[in-house]
Amino acid sequence: MTVLQDSYSRSTDGDERERARCLGLLARAPAELLEAWAAGLGATEFEWLRQPEQGLVMVQARAGGTGERFNFGEMTVTRCVLRLRSGRTGVAYVQGRSKRRAELAALADAMLQDPELAEAVRNGLIAPVAAHLASESERSARKAQATKVEFFTLAHEDD
Amino acid sequence: MYVAAKGGERAIVNSYRLLAERRRGDPAVPELEVRQIREQLRLAVDRVMTEGSLYDRDLAALAIKQAGGDLVEAIFLVRAYRATLPRFGHTQPIETRAMRIDRRISAAFKDIPGGQILGPTYDYTQRLIDFTLAAGGSPAQAIEGIAPPGETPDVAGILGTEGLLEPQTPATGDPQPMDLTREPIEFPAARPERLQNLARADEGFLLAMGYSTQRGYSHSHPFAGEIRYGRVELEFVPEELGFPVVIGEVEVTECQMINQFAGSATQPPEFTRGYGLAFGHSERKAMAMALCDRALRARELGEDARSPAQDEEFMLSHSDSLEASGFVQHLKLPHYVDFQAELELIRKLRAAAAITESGA
Repeated sequence: MTVLQDSYSRSTDGDERERARCLGLLARAPAELLEAWAAGLGATEFEWLRQPEQGLVMVQARAGGTGERFNFGEMTVTRCVLRLRSGRTGVAYVQGRSKRRAELAALADAMLQDPELAEAVRNGLIAPVAAHLASESERSARKAQATKVEFFTLAHEDD
Repeated sequence: MYVAAKGGERAIVNSYRLLAERRRGDPAVPELEVRQIREQLRLAVDRVMTEGSLYDRDLAALAIKQAGGDLVEAIFLVRAYRATLPRFGHTQPIETRAMRIDRRISAAFKDIPGGQILGPTYDYTQRLIDFTLAAGGSPAQAIEGIAPPGETPDVAGILGTEGLLEPQTPATGDPQPMDLTREPIEFPAARPERLQNLARADEGFLLAMGYSTQRGYSHSHPFAGEIRYGRVELEFVPEELGFPVVIGEVEVTECQMINQFAGSATQPPEFTRGYGLAFGHSERKAMAMALCDRALRARELGEDARSPAQDEEFMLSHSDSLEASGFVQHLKLPHYVDFQAELELIRKLRAAAAITESGA
């Protein structure tokens, strides 16, 4: 896989950050949003550089939250790498065991590398996924917030 | 000693079929779907993921269905499954301080910044059987707060700034921890190995041992400094990219136990800490783990280690439900030859005793 890494080494830090942001959103995208986007795509040819593969990633944590690292437990991950006819490659590492989700995430990643296709992917997939995740996050935070304890002081000794 | 025994194949196959029928129960009752278990038996799923040491809600739910609700058996199934998959690597250590909070309480401070957030908890329920659940129907919707949620800084950080609490910092060079799934544990074990063992450990075992520390078998005077439950992001560096990307999120429960002091001639006394971490919403497990972690730190904190919960070989060798269940249940395997030898021995002893008696 070193060949692949070399081809990315030209990218700037800003590109890397943006790519990481999109990959993070794609990994958490609900299947329905990925499928809805894929349904609107024409036939897109690609070849596998790494067939979708299920595996594990060890989740690490730190003693006391900030101390020494320890191996906490694993989680399932599916990964794949593909190349479009244009030569752009897409990578996906997605939580869970769905090869289809990994495939669509890698396809989106590859298309995002292509200046002619990137805008459509951003509008058609990345933006809706970001909005969806933000609103889910906001809703669950508000539900938690509604369970925040308001203490009432019954009497002050100095009253 | 076991001997290879042939036979019983047909009995075993028929036993599988009987088991499948029992698992299904009355066919007139609709079959449980895996997603129903995943959504409606969430805490069972969380326990199977924690002790199965594999975060995958669908898989844990399926294992619970296959095991007919026997969670220790489901944990066994999950552990066996994980052994079939390749390992891609490890994540960056999770940032529990950046957790998206669903619940966050402190029993040590009433007025913590961000407040006491109860979240979904059984703590204040009355433990009366709710017969309306048997009748079905939809529950009332959760209320959404109007005020946007504020920051919830960690309690340990707040106490830490005053220097009253033992700091927790990485070792020099932040080394990779030993992995108990690949190397056997050796004693004395370092804290990272102990924490990995405790994170996978049987909840019942940790609960009993944690309880023993509260009842006086090692005195650590714990306070629940902070318990938080919510979602954390997982960052991973794919070999194809060489930079970290978020590959998903997991729900975790974290317990920061604050315990009585340690100090020395050169160091003023400070609160010491025990740490618990579990997948999903597993508060009892995280708290019991934190009590056991603290008890097991006796040696490094210069305390006498006299109680079972402080004995790391005892604790870490008996904490795993898979090992414990396997060794207890192996007694069901044929021991015909062993038992035959014992029978012969006891007959000889009795015969010898009879001769001595009649001779006297």
